Amino acid sequence: MNAITNIPPTKAPSLQQALHDPVWIRGLLTVVAVGFIMLFLCLPLAIVMFEAFAKGWDAYGEALVQPDAQAAIRLTLLTALATVPLNTVFGVSAAWAITRFEFVGKSLLTTLIDLPFSVSPVISGLIFVLMFGAQGWFGAWLSAHDIKIIFAVPGIMLATLFITFPFVARELIPLMQEMGSEEEEAALSLGASGWQMFWQITLPNIKWALLYGVLLCNARAMGEFGAVSVVSGHIRGMTNTLPLHVEVSYNEYDFVGAFASASILAGLAIVTLILKSALEWQQGKH
Amino acid sequence: MRQSYIMPGFRPTLGFTLLYLGLVVLIPLSTLVFTSFKLSWDQYLAIITHDRVLASFRVSFVTALIAALIASFFGFIIAWVLVRYPFPGKRILDALIDLPFALPTAVAGIVLATIYQPSGLIGKLLMGSFGIQIAYKPLGIVVALIFISLPFVVRTVEPVLQEFDSSMEEAASSLGASRLQVFINIIFPNIFPALLTGFALAFARGVGEYGSVIFIAGNLPYVSEIVPLMIITKLEQYDIPGATAIALTMLTLSFILLLVINLLQHWVRKRSGQL
Amino acid sequence: MSILLSNISKKFGKFSALNQINLEIPEGELVALLGPSGCGKTTLLRIIAGLEQADEGRVLLSGEDKTEQHVSHRGIGFVFQHYALFRHMTVFDNIAFGLRVKPKKQRPSETEIAKKVHALLELVQLDWLHDRFPDQLSGGQRQRIALARALAVEPSVLLLDEPFGALDASVRKDLRQWLRSLHHELNVTSIFVTHDQEEAMEVASQVVVLNHGRIEQQGAPSDIYDHPANAFVSKFIGQTNIFALAHHDTQWLQTTGLEIADNQQEQIAHVRPHDIDIQKALSDDSAQAILKDWQHLGALIRIELVKNLPDHSEATVYAEMPNEQFKQLQLNKGDKVSLRIRNAHWFH
Repeated sequence: MNAITNIPPTKAPSLQQALHDPVWIRGLLTVVAVGFIMLFLCLPLAIVMFEAFAKGWDAYGEALVQPDAQAAIRLTLLTALATVPLNTVFGVSAAWAITRFEFVGKSLLTTLIDLPFSVSPVISGLIFVLMFGAQGWFGAWLSAHDIKIIFAVPGIMLATLFITFPFVARELIPLMQEMGSEEEEAALSLGASGWQMFWQITLPNIKWALLYGVLLCNARAMGEFGAVSVVSGHIRGMTNTLPLHVEVSYNEYDFVGAFASASILAGLAIVTLILKSALEWQQGKH
Repeated sequence: MRQSYIMPGFRPTLGFTLLYLGLVVLIPLSTLVFTSFKLSWDQYLAIITHDRVLASFRVSFVTALIAALIASFFGFIIAWVLVRYPFPGKRILDALIDLPFALPTAVAGIVLATIYQPSGLIGKLLMGSFGIQIAYKPLGIVVALIFISLPFVVRTVEPVLQEFDSSMEEAASSLGASRLQVFINIIFPNIFPALLTGFALAFARGVGEYGSVIFIAGNLPYVSEIVPLMIITKLEQYDIPGATAIALTMLTLSFILLLVINLLQHWVRKRSGQL
Repeated sequence: MSILLSNISKKFGKFSALNQINLEIPEGELVALLGPSGCGKTTLLRIIAGLEQADEGRVLLSGEDKTEQHVSHRGIGFVFQHYALFRHMTVFDNIAFGLRVKPKKQRPSETEIAKKVHALLELVQLDWLHDRFPDQLSGGQRQRIALARALAVEPSVLLLDEPFGALDASVRKDLRQWLRSLHHELNVTSIFVTHDQEEAMEVASQVVVLNHGRIEQQGAPSDIYDHPANAFVSKFIGQTNIFALAHHDTQWLQTTGLEIADNQQEQIAHVRPHDIDIQKALSDDSAQAILKDWQHLGALIRIELVKNLPDHSEATVYAEMPNEQFKQLQLNKGDKVSLRIRNAHWFH
C-alpha cells in the first residue's frame, strides 16, 4: 500500500473545473441566446400589443366590437368547438389501439397519423377544394343539392380537422407506451370491466398528457391560417376566422383593427404557453 | 412492453382510428394524386418547368435552407444555455421558445412585416445604418422562417442535452481532454443526430410555410414568391390542374427530403454507435 | 383451490416460451416457479391468471376449465412484479378497488368495504398508511399493499410475479418470512415466480423448476436439493462442483472416494461443496490437491482447491465446511490437502 501513496500527485486539472465552461464563454453564449430570444420572440410579442393600442383604448375597443370582428371571433370559437373534441376522441382511440395491441402495419399507422404535420397548410386546404370545390370530385353533386362546403363553414372545419389531426394522438402514444399496461391489467384482474378500467385507471393516468394535447390542438385550431385561407373565400362576416380577419384588415391598411384581432390571438398564444408550462410542471411532478 | 390479449376494445378503437384516418386524411390527400392523373406528362412538365414556378421553388427551398441553418446554429446555443447555465428568468424564456408554435402564423406575419419594413423598428435601423432592406425581399422570408424554425431545433436538442450523461464528460476530462476537445469529441457527436432532426423538421416546415411569410415577402414574381403562394395564385385563377401539379410536386419533394434526412440520421446514429 | 395445467404451450413469434407444460398443484400449497430469466415462468403465471392466452392446453381451477375465461372473472389475485398500484389513488382506494368495481348486486356497502379494507390493512400491518399515495411508500410497503389489494376480492388462487424482485436485500429477507406465515394463516393456494433459488427453497412448500419453457422438476425443496432430476436442476439449485470423466483425472477421482463403475453411462458427477471433506495431506495420500485460497461465508468457509489435470490444465474444486472445523485443520495457502467426496449426483 505504501508504494501507492508515495506516488506524487499528477498535475491533472480539478475535474469540477474541467466540466465548467470558462466564464467568458458562459457570458457570451448567454448573451447571444437571450438576445436572440428577445429579438425574435419577445420583440414581436411586444409590438403586437403596442400596435394594437397605438391609437388608444377606444380605437382598440371599437375594432373588436365591430360586427365583422365579432363574427370572426364566433366562427373561430365554433371551429375549435367542432374540431377539438373529434380529434380528441380520435387521439385516445388511436393511442389505445396502437399502444395496447400488436397488429400488422402498426408502424405504418403511426407514421400516417403524423402525415398532416408534413403537409404544407396550403396543400391541406387545396385537397378539400379538390374534393368539394366547384370543379372537385363532389362539386357537381353538391351544387345540385345546394350544399356549400368550400367557401363556407364546413370547409373551414374540414381543413382545421386535417391540420390538427395528429396533436392529441402524438402526445398520448409515447406516454401510454412508456406507461405500460400493468395497472390496467391489475384493474382487470381485480374484476373491473373494460369501461371501469378506462375511466378509473387509464384516464386518470393520461389526463395531463391528454389536456396537453387538447391545448395544443385547440391553439392550432383557433390560429390556423394557410389551410383555412384556401377554403374560406374570405367572405366578411361569414367565413372569416380571426386569423383571416387579421389578414383582411391588414391588407386594407386597418392596422389597429388587424393588431387588435392579432392581440386576441397573441393572448391566446400566451395563455396556451402558460397552461403548457403548468401542465409540464404538473407532469414532471407525477 | 408486453402486450396482452385481455385488453378490451381492440376492434372498435382500431376500426374507428382507421375510418377516421381514411376520411379526414387519406381520402382528401389522395385527391391530389387522382386529380393530377388528368394531366398528361407533357402538360405536367409544362406547368412545373414554367420559369415563374421554378423560381418559386428556388425561393422556397433556398430561403428555408438558409433559415433552418441559422435557426440550427442559434437554436443549439439557446438549448445549450437553457440546459446548462442557470440565470434568472430562465423558466420564462424557456416557455417562450414555443411561442412560434402557439402564435397564429398570420399574427407572426403582420408583426414581423411591421418590425422589418423600411419604416419599422428594426427595418429603419438596418436601412439607415447599413442600407439593408429586409422586408419585401427574400431576406424577409428568411427572417420569418427563422422565427418559425427556432422551436423545432431547440425542442429537439434540449431533451437530448438534458439527458446527456455528464459522466462521459467527466471521463474524458479525467483522461486529460481539454474543454474544447470534450465538446468536439464527446458532446457534439452525441447531440448531432438530434440537431439534424431539428434542422430537418425546421426545413420541412419552412418549405411549406405560408402565413408568416406572405406579409413580409413582398411576393414579387421570380424574386420573393414562394411555392405555397404560387399554388394559391393558380387556384385564384381557377387553374386547378396547375395548382394540383405544383402541390403534388412540392409534397413529393418534401417527402423525399424527409426520407433522405431519415436515412442520413440513421446513418449518423449508426456511425456514432447510437443504434 | 387446486390448479391443473395440461399441455400448455405458448409461442411469441418464433420463440417458444412454453412447451407442453403439465402441472398439478394441490390445494393450499405455496409453490415457487423457479428458473433463469426467459425460462417462461412469468408467462406460465400469466396464463394461469388469464392475463395471457395459451396457444394450446387447458387451465383447470378446482377441476373447472377456466381456459377461455377472462381474467376479470377467474377469481384470482395477481400481485405484479412492480406492484402496479394505481398511482392516483390512496392506499385505501387501491385496496377497495376490487370491491367497488363489482356489479351493483354483489357490491358491498361503503361501510362494509371500509371494514374489509381496514381488516386487510391490519393483516399486512400497514393500517396507519391508509391515506397515503403509492409514491409515498417504500418498496416493501408497496409490496404488502399490492398483496392486500389482491386479497380484497377473496381470490381462490394467489399469483405473485417476482414478489421480492424489486426490493432491497434486507427487506427481502423479512418479507419472505412474512409471506410464508401469511400463507399459513390464509391457506390460499399460492404460486410465486422467482429466479432466486434461495428464495424458492426458503419460502415455498413446493418448487417447480423451469428451463427453456419446460418443467425440469417438481417437488419439495429438500427433494429437489437432495435428488436433482438432472444436471440443470443440480447446477441451478445451489453451488456444485462438476467433474466430467472425459476431462478429469479419473483415477484421482476414484481415490477421493468417488465410485466409478466400469462402462458406466453417466459421465458427469456433480458434487456439492459441503459433500467434500478435506484434511492435511499425508505424504502417501494420493487424493491430493493444493489449497489456493478461502473465503468466509458467515458460518461457513469456502475453500478453493487446485488440482493439476493430465492435460496440464488446472481444475478448481470448491469445498465448504464450518468455520470452527476449518480452524482446527490449521491449514495455510499452498498446503497440500487430501480430499474425500462423500456424495455425488451422476448425470449424462
